[in-house]
Amino acid sequence: MSTKVQPITSQPSTAEKATTLSNEEILRYSRHLIMPEVGMEGQLKLKNAKALLIGTGGLGAPLGLYLAAAGVGHLGLVDFDVVDFTNLQRQVTFGSDDVGKPKTAAAQARLSNLNPDIHIETFETKLTSDNALELFKNFDIIVDGTDNFPTRYLVNDACILLGKPNVYGSIFRFEGQVTVFGMRDGPCYRCLYPEPPPPGLVPSCAEGGVLGVLPGIVGSIQAMETIKLILGTGESLKGRLLLFDALAMKFRELKLRKNHSCPMCGDHPTITKLIDYYEFCGVRGEEAPGPDVQVPEITPRDLKSRLDRGDDLFILDVREPHEFQICNLNGHLIPLGELPRRVHELDSSREIVAHCRSGKRSAEAVDFLRKAGFRKILNLKGGILAWSDEVDPSVPKY
Amino acid sequence: MSVKVIIPTPLRVYAGKADSIDVSAKTVGEALGQLTSKFGDLRKHLFTEEGKLRSFVNVYVNDEDIRYLSKENTPTKDGDTISIVPSIAGGLP
Repeated sequence: MSTKVQPITSQPSTAEKATTLSNEEILRYSRHLIMPEVGMEGQLKLKNAKALLIGTGGLGAPLGLYLAAAGVGHLGLVDFDVVDFTNLQRQVTFGSDDVGKPKTAAAQARLSNLNPDIHIETFETKLTSDNALELFKNFDIIVDGTDNFPTRYLVNDACILLGKPNVYGSIFRFEGQVTVFGMRDGPCYRCLYPEPPPPGLVPSCAEGGVLGVLPGIVGSIQAMETIKLILGTGESLKGRLLLFDALAMKFRELKLRKNHSCPMCGDHPTITKLIDYYEFCGVRGEEAPGPDVQVPEITPRDLKSRLDRGDDLFILDVREPHEFQICNLNGHLIPLGELPRRVHELDSSREIVAHCRSGKRSAEAVDFLRKAGFRKILNLKGGILAWSDEVDPSVPKY
Repeated sequence: MSVKVIIPTPLRVYAGKADSIDVSAKTVGEALGQLTSKFGDLRKHLFTEEGKLRSFVNVYVNDEDIRYLSKENTPTKDGDTISIVPSIAGGLP
């Protein structure tokens, strides 16, 4: 895994600040220029601004599009991932023929087409403590569109150490949060959340799902805040946490105070360099979505063999009803959250195989049942996804 | 004092899918106590085993963080809204 910073640029970089707009630029940005809040002066500020987008996914898509459209002169895109088919539900910079391509390259192509006049630098790399400071230092504003706690703390800390604003946005299912950290007398991420949740306690997007348009809205708000900061206009979200509930269509605002005892940005900071964020977040070794509960397992192939042999196995499905509708193994459905209340539906004298989508929730179910005294219980390793891969490809994956 | 407690999305599954509940409480601590009495599964997500509020969960009365008020002793009055705001990280996948 390379962590070395290797930018791939689309337009030659100019070290000098631009002081004029070409006739073509004036025409392109006419709708900006006719507003006194922007004008020539504002457009030049945008042209000379350098914004680094961490993540070119759900949030990064509207961010990249709107910042490019607005004429932010220098955009950096950081992402190590490739476009996946499941991304197209919300990552609107990409098209169907981008599947399999590196996200930074696909995004760069799209954004350059939208605005060939701006300079787009791509960093197809994972952001780490080794490269963050080097990467950030050449940019004015950092926009956090990442998807995991270790990186959020890393982005925060690097911004505080370098004195750069951090336009923060995060989402979960149909809720979003937006604010601006890293301003001189404003709070930082650690003021709000001094510690991350232990892994597995807060479901990730991949487990929880997300309404595709939600990052579109939240990312657009981040783009708006970025543009306002560049122009120096309006009131930024510094010191305010904007909460958005898409289902209720309600915006709320909470006050975010700078914690003067904050170890990162307080009056007497104790953190003066980047740390190991995976360790901080309790995720050891590889990036793990959650702690692995050690329980007895059965592989899909072995399960199939035993069922074919006529073994009397009770299949327990701990997914949600709407998942059962997508595909199922004809199991007895007790969603994980309901298991404690419905454990009487299970016969501990029978051999039970528990499954879910990928094997994580069912591992928790097996752990719970073993602690409740069940002795003949196995977890289907890899869940129904692995069943589809190894036994029956006609079972759809989701 | 009739107070509304707003339950954030990641925790709704532990609260019978409710997005808010109304409780009668004089302080934030009382309100959260009633919430976790009604929904026992919520307790471990909000509190440590020693009964302290978890540090990745923030609680607000109206728009003020209780850490800057009187924490769990922050008094509540009729019509106040208590918001539970856990950290969420989704953005990319």
